[in-house]
This record gives sequence, C-alpha cells and structure tokens, in this order.
Amino acid sequence: MNVLLALSISATLALFLGVLKQKKLVTPVIVLGLLAALTFNAMQWNNQTSIFNDMMLYNNFTVVFGGVGLFITLLMVLFYNELSAKHEYHLPEILAIMIYGTIGGIVLLSYRNMLMLFLGVEILSLSYYVLAGIRKQNLYSNEASLKYFLMGAFSTGFLLMGIAFIYGVTASLNLNEIAEYVKQSGGIVPVYFVVGVLLILSSLLFKTAAAPFHFWTPDVYEGAPTLVTALMSSVGKLYSFGSFVLLFTTCFTPLVKEWEAILWIFAFLSMSIGNITALQQKSVKRMLAYSSISHAGYMLMALVGLGSMTASSVLFYALSYSLASVTSFVTLYIIKEKRGSYDISVFNGLAGENRALAVIFTIAMLSLSGIPLTAGFFGKFYIFNSALNSGYYWLTALAVLNSFIGVYYYMRPVIAMFASKSEVAIETPPLSNTLLMLLTALTILIGILPGLVVNNF
Amino acid sequence: MLLILLIFIPLLTALLAVFTKSGARQIIQVASFVNLALTIVLYTSSAKLGDNLTMVNIPWIQSFGINFHLQADGISLVLLLLTNLLMPFIMWSAASHNYKNENIFYALIAFMQSGLVGVFAAKDAFLFYVFYEVALIPIFFICAFWGGKDRIRITMKFFIYTLAGSLFMLMAIIYLYLQTPGTHSFDMAAFYGLSLSSTEQTFIFWAFFIAFAVKIPIVPFHTWQAETYAVAPAAGTMLLSGIMLKMGLYGIIRFIIPVVPEALNYWQTWVLTLTVSGVVYGAIIAIRQDDIKALFAYSSLSHVGLIASGLFSANAQGFQGAVLQMFNHGISVTAFFWMADIIEQRTGTRMISELSGIATRSRQLAIVFMIMMLGAIGIPLTNGFVGEFLLLFSVFKVSIIAGAIAATTIILGATYMLRMYRNIFYGTADTTHPFSTFNKREAISMYVMAALVLILGIYPSLITSVSSDAASGLLQLFNPAYSVR
Repeated sequence: MNVLLALSISATLALFLGVLKQKKLVTPVIVLGLLAALTFNAMQWNNQTSIFNDMMLYNNFTVVFGGVGLFITLLMVLFYNELSAKHEYHLPEILAIMIYGTIGGIVLLSYRNMLMLFLGVEILSLSYYVLAGIRKQNLYSNEASLKYFLMGAFSTGFLLMGIAFIYGVTASLNLNEIAEYVKQSGGIVPVYFVVGVLLILSSLLFKTAAAPFHFWTPDVYEGAPTLVTALMSSVGKLYSFGSFVLLFTTCFTPLVKEWEAILWIFAFLSMSIGNITALQQKSVKRMLAYSSISHAGYMLMALVGLGSMTASSVLFYALSYSLASVTSFVTLYIIKEKRGSYDISVFNGLAGENRALAVIFTIAMLSLSGIPLTAGFFGKFYIFNSALNSGYYWLTALAVLNSFIGVYYYMRPVIAMFASKSEVAIETPPLSNTLLMLLTALTILIGILPGLVVNNF
Repeated sequence: MLLILLIFIPLLTALLAVFTKSGARQIIQVASFVNLALTIVLYTSSAKLGDNLTMVNIPWIQSFGINFHLQADGISLVLLLLTNLLMPFIMWSAASHNYKNENIFYALIAFMQSGLVGVFAAKDAFLFYVFYEVALIPIFFICAFWGGKDRIRITMKFFIYTLAGSLFMLMAIIYLYLQTPGTHSFDMAAFYGLSLSSTEQTFIFWAFFIAFAVKIPIVPFHTWQAETYAVAPAAGTMLLSGIMLKMGLYGIIRFIIPVVPEALNYWQTWVLTLTVSGVVYGAIIAIRQDDIKALFAYSSLSHVGLIASGLFSANAQGFQGAVLQMFNHGISVTAFFWMADIIEQRTGTRMISELSGIATRSRQLAIVFMIMMLGAIGIPLTNGFVGEFLLLFSVFKVSIIAGAIAATTIILGATYMLRMYRNIFYGTADTTHPFSTFNKREAISMYVMAALVLILGIYPSLITSVSSDAASGLLQLFNPAYSVR
C-alpha cells in the first residue's frame, strides 16, 4: 500500500512540477519516490498484508520481484536523466509515466483478484504504449507505439475474455476462490474453464514477448527509444512473468496437464525463433530484441516444470537477464549517440577508445550467453535444473542447443569491439559509467555467489 | 590450502596485471614460478602434508549442495605439475613477440592457468564444469585478438564447438545430480555411487563423450583443431595443445570411466573404433602437411587418439600409460610448437618446402628438435616409448586388431617426423637471413624439456609412482572385482 502511495505521489508531483516549469526538481522527486518505495517494499519482508479488501496481497513474492523491479527502474530513471534528459522537452511526463508503469507492475506482482490482473496489465501496457512513442518526430517510434498499442489492445481483449469465461464457470474473480474451485473439481473442469485459461495464457504470453505471440517485439523494441526498450525488456518482462507465475502457481497447478504441452511447445518456439532470427540481424538493437524473445523461452521452461523452484528460478533468471539487458541497451544508446547507427560495425574498435565500456559490454554479452561466473550462467543452470527435475529431458536438450546458437551472435559485437579500428571517440558520462559498473559488478557477484539470492528466497 | 593458492595466485596477478601499465609480464612470470614451486612441493610430498594443506571443502551454494571442494589425487597431481611446469615456459615463449596490449595478453594466460588448475583439482562436478568453461574464455580472447589471418571465423568455430560439447556435459551433470539420494549433491564421489539403468548410462555416456571428444579432439569432432592451432598465436597453440586438451582426457578419467562403466563396456568397440581411426587418420594427414604447425596439429591428433584409446581400454596399463603419456605429450607438443615459432620468427616462414639446412645455422635447435622428435616417435629410452608401449599394450588386451592398427602410429609417426626433419634441418642452408641461436629463456626451457624427455624415458616412475594408486582406484571403480595387487 505504502509502495503504491509513494510511487503515485511522486509521479503526480513530477507532473505538477512540469506544469510549474520546475524541471530541475523532477528527477529528484522521482528518485526520492522510488527510494521511498524501495524502503517500504523492504519493510514488507515477512510481513504479509492484504490490501483493498483482498484484492491484493503484499507478500514475500511481491517484495522480492518488486524490489528488483523498483531497483532497475531507479537505475533507468538515473540513466535517462543523465543521458537523454537534455534533448527532452517532456521529461516530467516521461519519468512520471515510467513510474505509473511501475505501479502497474507492482499490482501485477500482488493481485489476488482477476480484475486487478486486468488493471495491472492495462496500467503497465498503457504506459509502455506511450513510452514507445515518445519520439513523436521519429517515424519508427510512432510505428512502434501504434503497433504495440493495436496488438496489445487485442491481446488485452483476450485476457478479458478469458477472465469472463472463468468467471462464468466459477462465479468468482477472487484467485483463492478460483483455486478452491479447481481443487474441488479434482482436475475435471468444464471446457469453458480450459478455454478461459488458454485465453489468459495467450494474453500473458503476448506480454512476455514469447512466440508465437512475439511478432510485435522486434519492431517495437527497435522503434522505441533505446532506453525505453531497456526498460521494457528488463522490468516489463519481470512483471509479466511475475504475474504469470503468480496466477498459475496459485490457481491452475492441478490443471497442469491441460496447458503444459502448449507451454512446452511455445517455450521451444520462443527459444528457436528468437535465436535463429537473431543470427541474421545486422542491427544490434534488433538482435537484442530477438534475443529477448529467446530469453522469454528459457523463462517459460521454468513454468513448464511447475514446482517449488519455479518462482525463484524465474526470479533469478529475470534478474540476471535484466542486469545484462539494461547494460547492453544503455551501452548501445551511448554508442549510437556518437556513431549514429545500431549496426554491428559501430562497435568497431570500441576497446581501443573506451576500454571500460568495452569490458562492461563484453561481460553483459557473456552473461546473456550464459558463460560461468556471470549471473546468466547460474540463471540457465537453475532453469535447466528445474526442467530436468520435472523430467523435461528433450526440452532441456533443445534449450542447450539453443544456448550455443546464442553464443554466436552475442560474440559478434564483442569481437568487432576488440578486433577492428575505431572511428569516433566515445565517452561514458560519469554517473552512467558508475551505474554500468555497478550493474556489471552485480552480474559477476551473483554469478559467483548466487547463494546470496537463491538461499534467501 | 595449497590448491587454493595455486588457483588464486594466478587469478590475483591477472587482475593486478590488467590495471598495471608496465611490468605486468614480469609480475605474472614471477607468479608462475611461485606456482611451480608450490606444485613441486605438493607433488613430492602430498602424502606427508596434512589434509588442511592438500584439501579444501567449503560450502559454495548451499541450497544446491554445491561445494568448493578441491583435492588432488595422483592423477590430478601429474596434471597439476604439467600445467604449472609448462606455464612459465609458455609465458617465456611469448616474451619475444612484443604483443599489443601485453598486460592483457599475459593476464589472460594467468587467468587461464587458474582455470586449468581448478579443473584438475575440482572434486565437485559443478565446480569442475565452471572451471572447464572458464578456462575457455581466455583462450577465446587470446586467439580472437592476437591470432593470425581469418582468426575471427576460426576462433568462433572453435568456441562454439567446444561450448556446444560442454553444454551437453552440463545436462548430464545436472541429471546425475538429480539422481543422487537425499538432498542431492554435486560431489563426484556421490556420482560414483549411483546405480543407473543401462538407458540412463548410455545417454550420459554420450553426453560426456561428446563434450570430451570435442575438447580432446577425437575424430570426427576434430575439425576445429588444425585451423585453430594454426591461427592461434604461438602461446595460444601451446596452451591449447599442451594443457587444454588434457582437460578432455581428464574428464574421461573423472566421469566416463567411474560414473558409467557399464555403458563404456557396451560401447567400447564403438569408441575404440573412433579413437583408433583418429590415430591413423591424424598420422596420415600429417604426412601430407607443408605447414609445420599444421603437421604438429595432426600429429597431436594422432597421439591423443592413442591416449584416449588407452583410457577407453579401461585396464591398468591403459590408465597408467594415459597419465604418463598426457604428461609426455604436453611437454613434447609445447616444445614442438615453440620450436615452430622460433623457426617462423627467424626465417619468416613455417612451410617445410621453403625451409632447409637449419642444422648448420643452429646446432642447438637441431639437437633439441631431434630429442623431442625421438620422444614423439617413441624410441626406447625416451619418455614416448614407455607411454606408447603401455597404451598399445592396453589396446592389445582389448582387441588385437585395434592394437595392430593403433601400432601403425609408430611407423607413420616416424615417417612424417623424419621427413620433416630431413627437409627442415638438412640440405643447403639459406644464409641470406641471420639465424640467431637460442636466447637465454629459450635455452633454459628447451634444455629442461629435452632433459625431461630423457629422464622420464629412463625413469618413468617419477610419474607412474605418483599416479599408480589413483589409477588402481579408478580401475576399482570401473570394475569392483579388480583388487589392488
């Protein structure tokens, strides 16, 4: 409750400050709001509270996922402020919308009622529709926004339809009552219920950018401003997967055989389509977009083998992916500002110009490809472990095949950085440099000591 | 404690070297000698030292039963000695090259050293896997940035090839972990105690086999090898061939033989066919090579094929011979690639057809090369003889036909080696370029390696007495009916 209040107040205050032409105060207010939210969030640890008459339940799951989300959002706000604010006329609105999106995310991590799921999805998505289109002079940005909005609205319709079906069968929107109904039924439910589950599933798969609902992803990720893409691909995925895990572990576990085969195939499709298409890309931004589809596939693997490890393996994976993804998109932004393109060739000779940035980017790529001593490796290990534990040997073998396709394209910009001659000097602004180093240090720290996260959750 | 030092001394000096402008090479070089001294202490007196010096076992990731467990038995000790003995030489060999970004280059070598030590000392399968992969990263960068023509494509191929193999190993390791009783454990000893059905054994066998076969390499997984050896900088080639491929052989010792003995028994004919055909294939291709480095690459393929055959024969001679021959091969292949580098640096070419008469220009080189060559061919009183004899003996025990085919390596080896020697060292010398003789670093290392060839040829117990207990223990895991003497 306090988290939501802190976020809403700071975002609304930022909007008013924008009206009053107090732009200098906007970022501090937003940062303070996020810090307050992080504090309130931490205070909820082991202190389960039900809010809005059981519409939401703030528990440890919310604290951990929400903590990661708030932390990454905070970093993105700081990045945005340093890297992009000077070109921005609408800074207050943009930061405020980021925060409103976060509110949607928090709702998605704590809902106990189908309506709140719908609300959360809508709040989050609407913010991202707007954020994707904030470069209103840029054709690609407009296209991204429009495409995302049209397809997103359609998928939200599916979500609502699914909720309606489930309501029709169970006469309840409350997650606990639905779970009770499923338990009572002993796994035999009316076909409408299954239709409802599948509709919700498809809508959530759309939000997580998993195949075959992934078609919007490359264009939207490419067209949206890079820093917004970083936000969407990191926390956006985290919130969507959080809501996914929450819904399926609370309600639909007894019906596992109804949806696991579908999820199995979609996990495999996401991995393969993402990876194989990424191989062909010349633009690094588009390549990262496709790679994000494949990472959605890996995370789906954890959901296929639903069990005690699901939540923590999804969390670990989402955390490690977010760290690496934010790092790589921000690096890409810094490079693009100087060299004016997203092509792999812009990475040429970066190692000679700015060795720190080159090392940071290399470690992010190693983490994304899942090389040991980075967070990404343990994330993959955790997922493979939980999938094998549930007996999905072939899926794991296919995931293994996919992860070395990934290595090939992740290493291409790395090699370009070190191998070729440089053209234009690149400097990292001081705060961003520190933050990027922090992200890299975290990637290595939880890569070497994953116990810090795993043992405590 | 000593093992932790062996891992962390190179690691810390590598980090230090990254941030130093000058003197990085010297720091790392000194650290490598410290490591060598520690290893010799460990090697000569590991039985006398207390457990707290020779063993480490601290929890790493508790919720998964992963421990930082290091311990060196006889086989590990031999390979640790090999690693830490060759490292100072390999660094010295690079000293004459004046690479760009020298500090990074040496830092990567040192980083690799700690990875390799970790592989050979790990007793926890997860830890083994992590080190196995970590050792790959530095060599990737070494080849990709300091390599020769077309390095990017070739290095990528090598990297993806080996990574692909090891990911299957990861799957197998996780599967085994999930089979361990109770709250699961990654301890290798726990894996040895599992009873697996024959289907399970087969899958795990092939998963491990692919991982190690790519690294060793065993035909038909060898296609990355010759190109990578040729394109890598000299030090990189030495690292790859001298030490890194031993990781694969060591993996067979630690995983395939003790964990899935039944599957090995069942598939023995198949894998022996592959390894023995590799022995012949490598040797025949080597005869046709003009590039010295490529010739050594294929000869190495042939030699490691024989080592792998000995291991897959799974008898006492095979294990002992394999451990001894791993050490021998490491020494000789490092010396060979170094000498190839010396020849290339001084004459500007490493094509056999363009070289002649070097014996009259540098007698030292000719003599050391001759000793190394005799060792590689397996002439009595050289180390190669003892090793190859044991290995061939072990293959004969399994199958006379396989043994007979594998034994052709001696003839074929002599063919390509002597042909090369004749063309490079005899004939009229081209005196247009100066050909300086060994400098101090080269002289010391070459003489030490040549001396080792002779010493181990006369007195192989220096190695075999250390490894014998571990080899018998391995045999007992493979075949519980076998009793030690």
